[in-house]
Amino acid sequence: MKIAFELNGIKQEIDYLPDRRVVDLLREELGYTGTKEACGSGECGACTILVDGVSKLSCLMLAAQLQGRSITTIEGMSPGKKLHPIQQAFVDKGAVQCGFCSPGMLMATVDLLQRNPAPDRQQIRAALSGNLCRCTGYQKIIDAVESAAAEMRDKL
Amino acid sequence: MTTYASPIGSSLKRVDGPGKISGLEKYAADYYPDNFLWAGAKRSDHPHALIKEIDISPVRNLPGIFAVLTHEDIKGANRVGVPEMDQPVLADRKVRYKGDPVALVLAENKTVLQEAIDKIVIKYEPLPAVFDPEAALAENAPLLHENRNDKNLLLGGRVVRGNSIAAMSECDAVAEADFQLPWQEHAYLETEAGVARVDEEGILAIIASTQTPWRDRNELAYALGWPLDKIRVIAPYLGGGFGGKDGITVQGLLGLAALHSGGRPVKMWNSREESFLSSTKRHPGRVHYELGCKKDGTLYAMNCRIVLDTGAYASLGGPVLALAMEHAAGVYRIPHALIEGFSVYTNNPVGGAFRGFGAPQVLAGLEQMMDILADKIAWDPLAFRLKNAVMRGDETGAGVWMSNSTAIIPCLEKLQEHPLWTSRQAWVSQAPPFKLRGVGIAAGLQGTGYGPMVADIANAKIELLPDGRFRIYSGVADMGQGNNPTNVQIAAEVLGQTADCFELIQPDTLQTLPSGSSAASRTTYSYGNALKAAALQLKERILTRACNMGMGLYAEDFLLSSGRLNHLPSGREIPLGLVAASMRPEERVSIYSYTAPVNRYPDKINPDIRAAGFPHRVFAFACHLARVQIDELTGEVEISDYLAATDAGKVLNPQLYEQQVQGGAVQGMGYALWEDFKLDRGELMTRNLATYILPTSMDVPDILSIAVESVEESGPFGMKGIGEIVINLALPAIANGIARAVGQHIFKSPLTAEQLLLILEKRAAE
Repeated sequence: MKIAFELNGIKQEIDYLPDRRVVDLLREELGYTGTKEACGSGECGACTILVDGVSKLSCLMLAAQLQGRSITTIEGMSPGKKLHPIQQAFVDKGAVQCGFCSPGMLMATVDLLQRNPAPDRQQIRAALSGNLCRCTGYQKIIDAVESAAAEMRDKL
Repeated sequence: MTTYASPIGSSLKRVDGPGKISGLEKYAADYYPDNFLWAGAKRSDHPHALIKEIDISPVRNLPGIFAVLTHEDIKGANRVGVPEMDQPVLADRKVRYKGDPVALVLAENKTVLQEAIDKIVIKYEPLPAVFDPEAALAENAPLLHENRNDKNLLLGGRVVRGNSIAAMSECDAVAEADFQLPWQEHAYLETEAGVARVDEEGILAIIASTQTPWRDRNELAYALGWPLDKIRVIAPYLGGGFGGKDGITVQGLLGLAALHSGGRPVKMWNSREESFLSSTKRHPGRVHYELGCKKDGTLYAMNCRIVLDTGAYASLGGPVLALAMEHAAGVYRIPHALIEGFSVYTNNPVGGAFRGFGAPQVLAGLEQMMDILADKIAWDPLAFRLKNAVMRGDETGAGVWMSNSTAIIPCLEKLQEHPLWTSRQAWVSQAPPFKLRGVGIAAGLQGTGYGPMVADIANAKIELLPDGRFRIYSGVADMGQGNNPTNVQIAAEVLGQTADCFELIQPDTLQTLPSGSSAASRTTYSYGNALKAAALQLKERILTRACNMGMGLYAEDFLLSSGRLNHLPSGREIPLGLVAASMRPEERVSIYSYTAPVNRYPDKINPDIRAAGFPHRVFAFACHLARVQIDELTGEVEISDYLAATDAGKVLNPQLYEQQVQGGAVQGMGYALWEDFKLDRGELMTRNLATYILPTSMDVPDILSIAVESVEESGPFGMKGIGEIVINLALPAIANGIARAVGQHIFKSPLTAEQLLLILEKRAAE
């Protein structure tokens, strides 16, 4: 089946099995391996992408569902050479250890800060509670989101 | 621009950060080579059975199936494992747990792969199975591995100091309890993964998510019968490890697949369920303690019996037991002690290395005993610990000498003066309605490195590149702890460079040098020592060459800084590239082999236990505090505040140090409260992350970290390993807090809401 969608701002039209998952399409077919898979059943958040700006789990979506949509993966988060302020905050605040949850965390954070540009720590914790991290204990991730939110507010 | 930044002690940003957060860093799971085949295992659904027939005929001709392999296709010994090579790559005569791989399928895609795995028919003759380690020690228990003198006992031994039986009767107070510890699943986010290929020259190259590329290579050569010099193992950054990738996971199957794929690359990536089923876990166990003291608060006698379930195969079950025994007396002087340990085979999944490596199990018990005993003599639990804690020069109750930096007393003192401790009574009394509060503490230690009988060696390699930059060849895998970014920090310090003057090669048996496992709190300690010396050697070579070239008279007249040499007397600035150009390639490479110091003293333990790693020489220490609040209506435990005071020597990078403290404490909180890996007669009951509950961002508090910086003379820049000590104390600190809140200890962990609710209901009924 032909599926047309926009991936990180670039139009895509591909012939793909409609019942394969979006995470497979991204990783295997298109080589966008920044989107991770860690449970395959919607329990960990590692495969989070943005679909029309809203965070979705790409392991629970079928390729056919992308028809006509605009999706953003971690590779599209900072189109230029400069890191997105959220990415920069993750690096600066030490929010990254093994890094396997990071792309999903970042995508979920983009979604959060679009909805709430000034979340408190508890709101951040709630917004990221669907994204598991086994390394950090979350604290520095919360620090990073807090700091990125402040930085992005300052720029408005 | 900063020309010189002294990086040691600063929170230098991790150099792996940008690649990881932009999705560009390639993990083992991220490789999809051209024309690759998927490989996957058909696993046993019997816990213990003889294999009568493997019928692959239903799948041999399925479209999309490339090959189906069994043990008959393996040319080598078909056994992996360290130190005991007892685990088949593919089961041959029998299966020993539900999950043992029996056949390996190579397929064009995952759909066909799964179809074939489902269709393979294996005929079994079931054997009696045993799931409880105590039962497995019984005379007539079914044998997991025949022809072993010790039958199902993988390793057993004892440590005897004084006469604990007689001494116990001389104690003024004695406490006794039996603790049940659960399996803990590592649950790294990147499940076991890798790709492999045999090239035209017969080189079997494997890119795998592994903590042990060098050991894997040796094991693969033996198991698969392929020449060692024709095997290359590459370990990219891991998506987590925690001990679960300390050894072969998919590498044996991957290697086998690649040897039968007609030169095509092969990929494996376990599903979460397969990961839960097939990976090693923290050993569950029973730990029995009897602890006695005098009425002046002096610990006097201890009896401890440890039984660990190592499951179907040895993995690192022996060394884990040895470390459990070594850490069984914690940080205390106890003149009379008897410690008995048993690591036992059962038909359960495999127990293996997991951060803490035996210490969490025993410290969970001992540190609750300390509270129980303190209460018996009406002592403050912190004062009781201070009274008995070791200083440098002391011997612990397990007979382990504290010969190096030992700052557990300063850790305890930090806690003692902290508001979270001093204001505890007020905080407890202010509990809201239907809430109970308690504050608990726990203290402990963690050995660094491999112990006395296995040399802990790291071989560092650093190169001055022709353009004047440097390349570090990391020998130890980085599973997320940041040891390899820390290599940059160490070399930058020695060579006076900024971080951007370095490139980093991840472990690769072709390019980097063998430096042991990413384990045992040793990664930065051992490799860092080697690298520091290698970098120093390179620096001297650069300065000497500059003098040889007539750029100056004396080496000490030069200042090495980012990308250049400054000749101080003349003010001349010489680009490092110029010096590099005058050096031969072999001169620009500096290697240094470091061997960690060990303690070898006449021991009171049997040689098998010593061979398995008892005792250590360098220890990290910590004391943790947990404030817990229990919901009387649901039994749910909330950790309101958490404090960790840690002695891991000098802090090289405060940010990375805190990452370890916070992440380790939270993994320990999971072990304490939620992570309940359940098996029913060898059948996995918690097959996914919906039933095996990991801590989320909503479940844990911010963690306060206090670094108590002793100077460890043997560590690079005075540091000690911090990777494991951080996980050891959450369970006992939380358990002690809960016990103070509800008035009784719970001896079976995790300390679930269900257990608490039962206690609370019983209390209400009384």
